[in-house]
Amino acid sequence: MSPEFLYTLEVILNGLMAGVMYSLVALGFVLIFKASGIFNYAQGVMALFAAMTLVGIQNGQVPFSHLINAVFGTHIHGFGWTLPAFVAILLTLLVMILFAYLVERFVLKHLVNQDPIILFMATIGLAYFMEGFGDLMWGSEIKVLDVGVPQGASFWLEDFTAGWAAEGSEYYGMYIDKLDLVATVVAIALVVSLTLFSQYTKTGRALRAVADDHQAALSVGISLRKIWVIVWAIAGFVAMVAGIMWGAKSGVQFSLSLIALKALPVLILGGFTSIPGAIVGGLIIGVGEKLFEYSIGPMIGGATENWFAYVLALVFLVFRPQGLFGEKIIERV
Amino acid sequence: MFYRQAGDFKKSYREDIQTFALRQDRRAYYVLMAIAFLVVPFFINDYWASAVLLPFLILSIAALGLNILTGYCGQVSLGTGGFMAVGAYACYKIMTSFPDLNIMIVVLLAGLVTALVGLVFGIPSLRIKGFYLAVATLAAQFFLVWLFNKVPWFYNYSASGQINAPARSMFGFNITGAEAHAPARYLFCLALVVLLAWAARNLTRGRMGRSWMAIRDMDIAAEIIGVDPLKTKLSAFAISSFYIGVAGALFFSVYLGAVEVGEVFGINQSFLVLFMIIIGGLGSIMGSFIGAAFLILVPVLLKNVMVNGFGWPTDIAAHIEFILIGGLIMLFLIVEPHGLAQLWRIAKEKLLLWPFPH
Amino acid sequence: MNKGAALSSGIDTGEEILSVRNISLSFGGVKALTDISFDLLKGEVRAIIGPNGAGKSSMLNVINGFYHPQQGEVWYCGSKRKSLKPHQIAYQGIARTFQNIALFKGMSTLDNIMTGRFTHMRSNIVSQAFWRGPAEREEIANREKVEDIIEFLEIQAIRKTPVGRLPYGLQKRVELGRALAAEPVLLLLDEPMAGMNIEEKEDMSRFILDVQQEFGTTIALIEHDMGVVMDISDRVVVLDYGKKIGDGTPDEVRNNQAVIDAYLGVPHE
Repeated sequence: MSPEFLYTLEVILNGLMAGVMYSLVALGFVLIFKASGIFNYAQGVMALFAAMTLVGIQNGQVPFSHLINAVFGTHIHGFGWTLPAFVAILLTLLVMILFAYLVERFVLKHLVNQDPIILFMATIGLAYFMEGFGDLMWGSEIKVLDVGVPQGASFWLEDFTAGWAAEGSEYYGMYIDKLDLVATVVAIALVVSLTLFSQYTKTGRALRAVADDHQAALSVGISLRKIWVIVWAIAGFVAMVAGIMWGAKSGVQFSLSLIALKALPVLILGGFTSIPGAIVGGLIIGVGEKLFEYSIGPMIGGATENWFAYVLALVFLVFRPQGLFGEKIIERV
Repeated sequence: MFYRQAGDFKKSYREDIQTFALRQDRRAYYVLMAIAFLVVPFFINDYWASAVLLPFLILSIAALGLNILTGYCGQVSLGTGGFMAVGAYACYKIMTSFPDLNIMIVVLLAGLVTALVGLVFGIPSLRIKGFYLAVATLAAQFFLVWLFNKVPWFYNYSASGQINAPARSMFGFNITGAEAHAPARYLFCLALVVLLAWAARNLTRGRMGRSWMAIRDMDIAAEIIGVDPLKTKLSAFAISSFYIGVAGALFFSVYLGAVEVGEVFGINQSFLVLFMIIIGGLGSIMGSFIGAAFLILVPVLLKNVMVNGFGWPTDIAAHIEFILIGGLIMLFLIVEPHGLAQLWRIAKEKLLLWPFPH
Repeated sequence: MNKGAALSSGIDTGEEILSVRNISLSFGGVKALTDISFDLLKGEVRAIIGPNGAGKSSMLNVINGFYHPQQGEVWYCGSKRKSLKPHQIAYQGIARTFQNIALFKGMSTLDNIMTGRFTHMRSNIVSQAFWRGPAEREEIANREKVEDIIEFLEIQAIRKTPVGRLPYGLQKRVELGRALAAEPVLLLLDEPMAGMNIEEKEDMSRFILDVQQEFGTTIALIEHDMGVVMDISDRVVVLDYGKKIGDGTPDEVRNNQAVIDAYLGVPHE
């Protein structure tokens, strides 16, 4: 095999890994959209918020310490402990559940039956609110997230693939981050467990019922509000997982929520209601942007990853507005 | 009692469709104009111009533009920052290529260029609706900012990658450049604001405005009445982009003087303008102004109270600003989706009947 | 500008103004209409009736160009109609109302009906931006026409009320007003009396007959209330499962065995 081919293969593999990350965020969007018809723009910020909370709890940071110090002139910063990763994760999960409850209680409850676009704009407001709130609570500096996920090159894979290139060519094996491999495994586990949950539990069935038809679900005694809290909590959980993976990869910082914005074009490709769609869409976007950057990027100045996903989605929408897996929409009068 | 319509009879349809239907409203408007044109220029200084008045006037134009597209025609756009960047860079290129051209003409030409770009990005709107379109406009936002960052022709190959506005004057006063004269900058923007707001009002009250609202409210019924969806949406995109382009050109040349595209015209600028029209009022000319004033004044106020008053660090003030604005957006969408302009209308309706509401 | 009046000027009352010929329409594999043909004579009230799902609304959607049938032709004002978009068909003088009210919720009664004048107005962007002059003159001239309609429908009091606040019956009336504002040659009414009480139905019937008599408008009407249909229509066409099963005067249709079977529910073999 020629090195060029192997390099391209490596780009594709790395694209797939990046795609898994997009899929993780997109998954949260799909969950909320299916259950409540809300296009939750704040999903990315939720991931950021979860990651910040996790780091904060793990390192024993005092919430709002900046503000407290500014108001009272004190100099508190931390409780002086470091919690084990899994305890911190559990506590973060509790925070995300509380958050889901508060969102339902103070925002969603009051926006029932509004146009989808109004709800969408409300979640933009929510994203702003959470961003400010998270920064105020935990500080806005870039944080290092370490919950023991292995990182760095997978040497085994490098050694294994080094011999693939033709004799005498300069090729030292494929570079793939172990973290990406872990993320892939986690994503697969997440999808499987979510599928099992929605297929085989009572709550899961209620979720699917609500997704199909709000009114009908109400009429058989399913509490819409309870379902919404559950869905937002699950989405918060998914956001936390995505936040951990992204945060471990590139540090916990604001750009996390921008990366998460790429879940939007992912959803356009995959359709808003399909979990497999979110995965496939994420992989297409991941591979597409890496390949584009690798092959065409250098000619036009690079950094095409900033916009490639959106432009791809735009072009795609023009030809197939219903997404990859959606059915053709018949309009009625 | 003091604010009333009794005795203010309409004798023709022409009187019935005028902008300020009540005589008292009309008078208030004339007084406001007189103060804005004849009084403020004598008291304005650089602080007030830069901190409050110029951003207010310029972002009002952007809000008017986005309101035409989103509030009147129902097409949500998250690409405002990108289109403002088009206006700014078009302004820069025209300014540097034709140094003798009057700055007013330059700004309007920059608007026209933006209108053309907006037209191109508006084409998908025929097939894409709702938040699908919102996501599609993100493509414009990210692509345009990237383009101006990466193609050196746009910033005349300057080493810093920034664009800097050369000095231009009108009637002997410097409007742009380092030596710009605060009252002149203010009056320049004010004149454009008044002109564009008047045109926006005229466009939205007649045949074209009704066709926009028809598409917004019920696109299928609109089409069956005879409204061509493509033409209507594209006209909204073009006119909206014209306004946003003018705003971008002013933001760069008159207000900031120097621009780094990713910082000034990033996605946060798009959201800021969107928030202005949500808080001010979707589908309201007046709402565009109220929203712009609100979102310009609140941060200034917060900063003054918290940083200068309490002595808190600026980053805390910035975080609280985010919380407040995000919270307000949700509050308005819940309580009054038509924004402050609607509250103002209701207050006036109540005042008409006061003190005998029955 | 609206070409309806010019197109139909050569056609006398009682002559064919529109006919559908061998129309078949399907969505995916589902057949909505099968080989339907009938005609509309200028100045008549033509009812289209049939059980739910018979394809009545689809028929109207074909006539005003919202659906494009796979087979068949539409002849309008003496010539075969090309495949046109709905907004182009509006310019040929065809207007309609909808089964589920499709008013512009964010606008007042007046603005809704003014929007109905869209095809009669032509001022361009520049003249509208300046307003004073042609745009304002055109606005006022059309406002006078709209005020005539408002008076005709007796809705002066709700002129400036946002339509979302109006009760159902009045909304239906405003929608009729919006269609009338186009001064249509052919008016399609999709269940104009659904959900109305007896008095509202009487009012609406009166408006429909007035429109027919005063303006000579041809009216195609879908309605479920047989009493109303028999009273106000000149001829009736009956659809069932996307097929035409009857066509003729109300009396002929009433005695048609196929129609009786369709309504009383004889099983399909």
